[in-house]
Amino acid sequence: MSADEIKHAGLNLQHADPMTHEKAGAGIFGFWVFLMSDAVLFALLFATYGVMLRGTAGGPVPHEVYEMKSAFIETLILLASSFTFGLASLAMKYEHKQHQLQAWLGVTLLLGLLFIGWEFHDFASMAAKGEVPSRSGYLSAFFALVSTHLLHVTAGCIWAVVMIAKIRTFGLDARVKINVLRLGLFWHFLDIIWVGIFSVVYLQGLA
Amino acid sequence: MVHGAWFWLLGRIDLDSFAFVRAWREPSLDRLIAAGAAAMVVLGAIAAFAIITRMRKWRYLWENWFTSLDHKKIGILYIALSGVMLTRAVIEAVLMRMQQAVAVNQPGIVKPEHFGELFSTHGSIMIFFMAMPFLIGLINYVMPLQIGARDVAFPLLNSVSLWMTVGGAVLMMASLVIGKFSTGGWSGYPPYTEMAFNSGVGPDYWIWAVTLSSLGTMMTGINFAVTIYKSRAPGMHLFRMPLFCWTSLCVSILMIFAMPPLTVATALLALDRYLDFHFFTNDLGGNMMNYANLFWLFGHPEVYILILPAFGVYSEVISTFSSKRLYGYRSLVYATMAIAVLSFTVWLHHFFTMGQNADINAFFGVATMTIGIPTGVKVYDWILTMYRGRVRFTVPMLFSIAFIVTFVIGGMSGIMLAVPPLDYVVHNTLFLVAHFHNMLIPGLLYGMIAGYQFWFPKAFGFRLDERWGRIAFGCWVSGFYLAFMPLYVLGAMGMPRRMAGVFQSEYLPWLLVAAVGGFLVLAGLVALFVQLWVSIRRREEASVPVGDPWDARSLEWGIAAPPPEYNFAHIPDIETRDPFYAAKEHGTAYDPPRHYDDIEMPKNSKVGPLLGIAGAACAFGLVWYIWWLAAAAFVAIWGVVIARSFVRDIYKTIPAAEVAREHQRWLSQVAAARGIPRELETTPANQGLAEGAAA
Repeated sequence: MSADEIKHAGLNLQHADPMTHEKAGAGIFGFWVFLMSDAVLFALLFATYGVMLRGTAGGPVPHEVYEMKSAFIETLILLASSFTFGLASLAMKYEHKQHQLQAWLGVTLLLGLLFIGWEFHDFASMAAKGEVPSRSGYLSAFFALVSTHLLHVTAGCIWAVVMIAKIRTFGLDARVKINVLRLGLFWHFLDIIWVGIFSVVYLQGLA
Repeated sequence: MVHGAWFWLLGRIDLDSFAFVRAWREPSLDRLIAAGAAAMVVLGAIAAFAIITRMRKWRYLWENWFTSLDHKKIGILYIALSGVMLTRAVIEAVLMRMQQAVAVNQPGIVKPEHFGELFSTHGSIMIFFMAMPFLIGLINYVMPLQIGARDVAFPLLNSVSLWMTVGGAVLMMASLVIGKFSTGGWSGYPPYTEMAFNSGVGPDYWIWAVTLSSLGTMMTGINFAVTIYKSRAPGMHLFRMPLFCWTSLCVSILMIFAMPPLTVATALLALDRYLDFHFFTNDLGGNMMNYANLFWLFGHPEVYILILPAFGVYSEVISTFSSKRLYGYRSLVYATMAIAVLSFTVWLHHFFTMGQNADINAFFGVATMTIGIPTGVKVYDWILTMYRGRVRFTVPMLFSIAFIVTFVIGGMSGIMLAVPPLDYVVHNTLFLVAHFHNMLIPGLLYGMIAGYQFWFPKAFGFRLDERWGRIAFGCWVSGFYLAFMPLYVLGAMGMPRRMAGVFQSEYLPWLLVAAVGGFLVLAGLVALFVQLWVSIRRREEASVPVGDPWDARSLEWGIAAPPPEYNFAHIPDIETRDPFYAAKEHGTAYDPPRHYDDIEMPKNSKVGPLLGIAGAACAFGLVWYIWWLAAAAFVAIWGVVIARSFVRDIYKTIPAAEVAREHQRWLSQVAAARGIPRELETTPANQGLAEGAAA
């Protein structure tokens, strides 16, 4: 098999030797498997949310708690950040200038931070109304699910900072490229989870 | 003010936290036993430290073992950890058997609360820190060799998993000395483990020890699955893999899907305890049934994580020692897969009595019984492998045969428990305890011991002593029957599990027999250690440097014992199942390769041990509310991970000339060795070369 035939779909490692391509394959497949495991974790948090939905203990119920406008804006921010990450991936794959990749990663990072800030603002206004996890089982489940997503986004932002530092240190070598691709998978995965949260938690809460 | 500073520095640790202080203040038998156990931990640690320092082995251990990314060394370390933890948990088991035998109509040797700690640590250790490290260690050592790989797919991740597990084990050991462990059993059911009923450190110890180990295990699952999918030698199709690799693959998939439920269950319980959430509390909308579902969504697949590797070992052992190709290879593969899938459909049988309707119970009862079918297929396949084979009754084979008989008995009682109405009668009695020990001792422990005896010569280059192996076998098997068959009777008589004492004199004779059995099991464990000691002393005469002491079939036996770091001087091309056996038949097993290449291997890394230390420190800080420690350790963990991602120089190259030199030295050993017939395989004549193998 020549290096061209086993080239990885999402990557352009150019004239690297077959071993590099093979290692890239294992590294990215391994990350997919990790995401699968992470998906199970989120699935169980969704299930727990479903179970706890009725455990409001006389406290606030979903449609009193959720600020739809805020949630919708958060959704737009996160979807936009997935789009900008897509542009970053294209910049990497088609060997545009390195600073283009860095710029798009930077924009993604800013959108991620904006999302985190917006969500903190939401949490703070909820807390001001006494809607805190210790109030009821339902609020516990809400906060566990949404905060786990938030923690993941935070981890993604830290990863993006590290990623930009790495591109500056090493340029675009095979390992950096593989890592950008993995960060991309992670970022899009979080987007999908958020779409789930928006539909299952917020939209369902309107009813 | 002083109190505030103290809390800031040491959290809720005070003098009474220490087992020694508690025994000093009130020297009852109960507390002296606790202090004795703590002393064993402390003295054991000091002794190990002193011996290593005296022998000046710290540098050697650090450079050759602790920081090594070699899957073989990591595997051995896993098994060593498992041995330490097995010893503790068996001693606890014997103590519990003694307690129950003594405490009929009178107080026993330990107080009820201490008894609760004993069964909780016994269960938690046996599952998370004995069984899991043992099977992960065995897979780590054997699987990459069997598929013709140089290492696992992610060697550093492998080391991190090991040290996370070690961190959890350290936490378990620390709980003996400082603080008290949970009394909530290995499953830690809330609301009993909630703050309202248990505000001490016990459940926190349980939560964080289990969480560390489950994170490590999940990463191991990813690692093994990717290794099997991506790192097989050319020509090693999935259906040419040895059965042990198939069971490893199924186990990895189970780990990937079944460990997250445990992580979620323990994390939500931690949120309840630390941040006043209400997932499983009695009040404010909590729902403990959700815990039961989450826990057993992990817990039942876990049973098969434990049992499947042993099934793989038995398949290898029985076919090797029957000198026959494994009977029904494909049916064994499909049965393994079927068991792995079905394992996700039966979790509810762990709580038939907890309130769901009869239809749901019936569904899960039928699903549970269904698992008996693929398992039955396997048992027949193993028996038919032996049929008309030239069976040699070596130690691994003895354990395998004992397994078949004993496991079928346990399976029968499992089918009984799968019937919900019957389960209502014996639920939470010793019948259940007898059943799951009857599955896990033959279905896990015998398999692990068989695997250890089978592959030990491969790992260390000399055979284990046969006579002491047989003594251990006799003790383990008779000990098991004496210890657990009476529990079936007691369960049927209605004796509940986890009782620190009873008031029914008619239980006494059975409890006495069970106690004798407990001591025999302990003797079996001691015999295994004696065997190791004796074998090390006589390693010269039992050495098998050529590497094939049992005339075996798969790739790992076709290389030197112990194997070189890079496993294969030349990655073999695979054309058949049992490739090494075929090569021996064609007389090509020891042909030198046409050329040697440079080999690239991962360099050592400190990351694994550092993350293990930081992980354990973070967990300890969380248990004791030492927030600065927990925060600092948490930051350290991610600092190390980020720093490591900037390290580029992670491979070393072993030059072709060195590979050639090492390989040719081994080939000359092969040429000098005398091939032996199977009758001589347990004698010093066995140098690891089978008769007729070298052309």
